[in-house]
Amino acid sequence: MAQLTLEKLNKRYGDAAQVIKAIDLQVNSGEFVVIVGPSGCGKSTLLRMIAGLDDISGGNMYIDGTRVNDDTPSERGIGMVFQSYALYPHMSVYENMAFGLQLAKLPKDEIARRVEASARILQLEPLLKRRPKDLSGGQRQRVAIGRAIAREPKLFLFDEPLSNLDAALRVQMRMEIAALHRRLRSTIIYVTHDQVEAMTLAQRIVVLNRGNVEQVGTPLELYDHPANEFVAQFIGSPKMNLMPATLMHAGQTETILQLWNGKPLTVPIGTPASAEGTKVKLGIRPEHIEWGTVADAPYLADVLFVEHMGNETYHYLDSGKLGDPWVVRNSRRSDIAAGETVGYVLPPEHCHLFDESGNAFARHATGNGASRTPGIDAPPITFAEPMRTNALH
Amino acid sequence: MSHNSESLLPSAAVAPPAPAQAAPAKATGRKRSLQQRRARAAWLLVAPALILLFAVAGWPLLRTLFYSFTDAAMDTPEEYNFVGLANYLDFADGERFGVLADPLWWQAVGNTLWFTACSVSLELFFGMLLALLMNEKFRGQGLVRAAILVPWAIPTIVTAKMWGWMFHDQYGVINDLLLRVGLIETPLAWIAEPTLSMWAVVIADVWKTVPFMALMLLAALQMIPSDLYEAARVDGATAWQRFRRITLPLIMPAMIVALIFRVMDALRVFDLIYVLTSNSEATISISGYAREQMVSFQEMGVGSAASVLVFMMVAGIAACFLWINRFSHEGKEAGQ
Repeated sequence: MAQLTLEKLNKRYGDAAQVIKAIDLQVNSGEFVVIVGPSGCGKSTLLRMIAGLDDISGGNMYIDGTRVNDDTPSERGIGMVFQSYALYPHMSVYENMAFGLQLAKLPKDEIARRVEASARILQLEPLLKRRPKDLSGGQRQRVAIGRAIAREPKLFLFDEPLSNLDAALRVQMRMEIAALHRRLRSTIIYVTHDQVEAMTLAQRIVVLNRGNVEQVGTPLELYDHPANEFVAQFIGSPKMNLMPATLMHAGQTETILQLWNGKPLTVPIGTPASAEGTKVKLGIRPEHIEWGTVADAPYLADVLFVEHMGNETYHYLDSGKLGDPWVVRNSRRSDIAAGETVGYVLPPEHCHLFDESGNAFARHATGNGASRTPGIDAPPITFAEPMRTNALH
Repeated sequence: MSHNSESLLPSAAVAPPAPAQAAPAKATGRKRSLQQRRARAAWLLVAPALILLFAVAGWPLLRTLFYSFTDAAMDTPEEYNFVGLANYLDFADGERFGVLADPLWWQAVGNTLWFTACSVSLELFFGMLLALLMNEKFRGQGLVRAAILVPWAIPTIVTAKMWGWMFHDQYGVINDLLLRVGLIETPLAWIAEPTLSMWAVVIADVWKTVPFMALMLLAALQMIPSDLYEAARVDGATAWQRFRRITLPLIMPAMIVALIFRVMDALRVFDLIYVLTSNSEATISISGYAREQMVSFQEMGVGSAASVLVFMMVAGIAACFLWINRFSHEGKEAGQ
């Protein structure tokens, strides 16, 4: 399996928009990398450039150290799974999987061996004579993957492969793809807009926004130490709450903030070389906000509405900004109702801090790591709420 | 009361429904079921179209068939005698008569088939090229698509007259061009020369009908999702292989429909040939033959017989096409 290196990779259309801006990325042999970002961030374009379907405007791309900028898709030795599956409708499943091998002029028995081998891996054997239109969505997806496997590519590219499937099938196929990667140990680059897919599948995630790489890291790195506001809000659902604050005292390991409501808060985040009075944003994930009693809790808010998911409950608190409420997620059922006023607590070790341009100050706490000390810094909890055990659902 | 099928049921359970069954039966007498009313409405709605179709297609066809068994003349169609199949084929004094014994008929059949084969295959070839070109994105695409329709929008008579001038042996632009380029040394008599006149007809027809073929094929091409081509590129297919293995099989159904339309049209060709080459035997088509018998010779019976043969030929070939199409579909279904 192959190693992929992108060096200052660029894509521009005419003189106008630059959709991919000098991307550097190294994908190691056998690694499962997920490129994630909102729609229009350039992630599909980047994948198509890697595939050789779109031209590279600038920079270099290497597969195993060989520059492949000017190679055709098949010369690059990639296998690709398309969002729409792109199965040839006039060919049987077998023919779909054999097509590339026939074009490569492989001997017949070798083609049969490879097609049957990949059909076995994906349990497609009973379907080999069918045509794509007689298959279900999940089966088509498997054929598309099988077609890529049969070519024995150096690099697998997946372009939003699960977005056409229903929710249950998506979860199932997600597991199948993960199992496939464990089995084939192949290098996989997988593009999705769904951060849940990214979190569950990736060994490393590349967060892409407007053609720029915002951050590269393991799923939990991104979750616990987002490099900036964008990553913080993009990874995790519901997204991280951001609250306006002002720096009162900047320190190497600790910072004292004045929150939007005038209350002070000390967080274990170093803000060296920052001036007092600087505007910052305090970030905290929905599952990290804790309830306090109305009498004692430092912060009060009105509950706008409550969503009961069964296994968890989302509370939307009035942030003072219309349409942008803060969310509190409890992993238990709650009897808080819309319209109530609640008191809540922001545990400092779970806080994130972003400067005005959105970049994060480095955190010392791990977020859900060993530093947590339930019951010591938390005020009386009105709803028995061991939410921290459920940091990641 | 004999309850054959219901004998297993307790009689108490069977008895009550009896009066209830009578009620709906009465109701259907007054009021038809929804399905019946829908069927009635459907027939009412299609009736005008059916009547019109019978009046303009069915009735003339029946009359033509009728006259083909008579010796009626064009000016006195009400005076006729039945002559059986004599207009088609008759033996008298050891000689054969009738349309099927006329060498000119067979000449016309040959001309028509030759014309159909040549023009339709050239149309398919050039139509495919144009469709593939128009399917690509380029500047001025809309203009090209509109411009391509012009030949098709021009009436056939105008086309024929125009090409007649272009093919003119002394003043025509075709000869002028060929002379300038040096392909010929003396002007060619495109219309008068029997070996050339059919080609003149074919060229004019191809020019006129390529847009139709191109648009039919373009519509089919645009139904093919672009990611199939991308998948094929990933699979290592060259441009020709993509056309041969992806495009062609996927536009085949639309191509067959377009071919049926064009073949049926070409088999019935009359006006283009009649205007471009008038009564030349070198180019006479079966429709032209029928017109000649009926109008020039006033032989209503023979003309009708020729018309019936034209109809049978066109219908037969169309049926073959449809049968092949269905057969190939069934083959596909069976393969699944």
